[in-house]
Amino acid sequence: MSDANFDRMKNCAVEMLSVDPDKITMEARFIEDLGADSLDIVEFVQALEEEFSVEIDEDELEDIATFGQAVDLIAAKTQG
Amino acid sequence: MTRRAVITGIGVISAAGIGKEAFFQGLRSQSPTPPLVVEDFDPAPFFDSPKEIRRHDRFAQFALACATEALEQAGDLQCDPDRIGVHIGTGVGGLSSIETQVLVNEKSPRRVSPFLVPMMMPNAGAAAVSMRYGFTGPCETTATACAASTQSIGSAFNAIRWGRCDAMLAGGSEASNTPTGTQGFINMTATSSAGISRPFDLERDGFLHAEGAAVIVMEEREHALERGVDILAEIVGYATNADAHHITAPSPGGVGASACMELALADAGLTANEVSYINAHGTSTPLNDANEAEAIMKVFGNPGPAVVSTKGVTGHPLGAAGALEAAAVTLSMQHRLLPPTANYRTADPDMAPIHVVAEEQTWEPGISISNSFGFGGHNATLVIAPT
Repeated sequence: MSDANFDRMKNCAVEMLSVDPDKITMEARFIEDLGADSLDIVEFVQALEEEFSVEIDEDELEDIATFGQAVDLIAAKTQG
Repeated sequence: MTRRAVITGIGVISAAGIGKEAFFQGLRSQSPTPPLVVEDFDPAPFFDSPKEIRRHDRFAQFALACATEALEQAGDLQCDPDRIGVHIGTGVGGLSSIETQVLVNEKSPRRVSPFLVPMMMPNAGAAAVSMRYGFTGPCETTATACAASTQSIGSAFNAIRWGRCDAMLAGGSEASNTPTGTQGFINMTATSSAGISRPFDLERDGFLHAEGAAVIVMEEREHALERGVDILAEIVGYATNADAHHITAPSPGGVGASACMELALADAGLTANEVSYINAHGTSTPLNDANEAEAIMKVFGNPGPAVVSTKGVTGHPLGAAGALEAAAVTLSMQHRLLPPTANYRTADPDMAPIHVVAEEQTWEPGISISNSFGFGGHNATLVIAPT
């Protein structure tokens, strides 16, 4: 994924999750490190869908525990 | 021993003023220009993050802000949190969240917020207060239109006197001035086409749809005395009943309202001639005011107590009205002053003769009652005594 796309995802996370930008790393876990709950993650994913014009199905979310996994998912969907 | 319930904190948000003192001074001033929405409300001090603000409908933000102000005044309640309850009513709950998300859904169902349900639900205000402060006693929401918050305060009074709770946060919140919400009232011809709230006046032609919220802290009197907090007033009686007549019109002759006032006085162990002041429901609609005047006349005779409708200034914040008015009564006791019924100029010759207070007057605080009547035929009356 390009740095530009990473930054766009990071901005989504900062805004939707109200977290410090410094906490957004590839290893950051949504629940444990970013303080998100299941509804937070749904809202974050909606923001990503909007930002990248993609659709993410519910079953694709099951394996997403870290920010890095979300980055990889978006990269695969945008071939970027 | 009889358990008594006193008021030890007040928090208010209204188009007439944010904060209890600004609100009371607002009641003494010119009525604001419609729309009666609360300008300059900043939710930021009451939430931990922008995320939390975004996930609370405006009505729930108001509820939390009012609870915070009321608790600052009451201080540390020094109660077991299991014995502190929250009763915050509303007429319609998170209407702006519903309206916004309906539009989102029409364009893209996938984009509907996962927070729509917890934002629109009428109990969101009470839940926000309970969670913020860790109060684990009964947490409830009455949604009986314009009687909602008087019933909430009445139920809170019962929770204290019947021994379930030692302290209660009680009141109501309303932020339903949305395009569709306001249009609904316009189309039912309930609101003033002149854009003026003038309760009991000959020219009254409907209410002004308003935002607002108020929360009071009530606690068991002995507990309040022990911890040495200032006691602002005491709730001494409460009653509620139903017209069982019509979904929007009051029962002819105000029979439901007069029965409710009589029940409340009986609950307080008081007689009509002991009442000094009535804060009326007084919406400025032709039907409400005529029927309420007739009910007051029937219970209290002529000349009866001083009657004020603060809705001349506040407009009608629906489910929050009763809480704002209980706050107004308590603040009147503090200031020893009755605010005017704003915009009241000319008596209606077809209305029962009651003593409408047209100009602000000094007042020796006495037994007061506060009425609220809701669409659906819900009547509720509180009896409030000075300390």
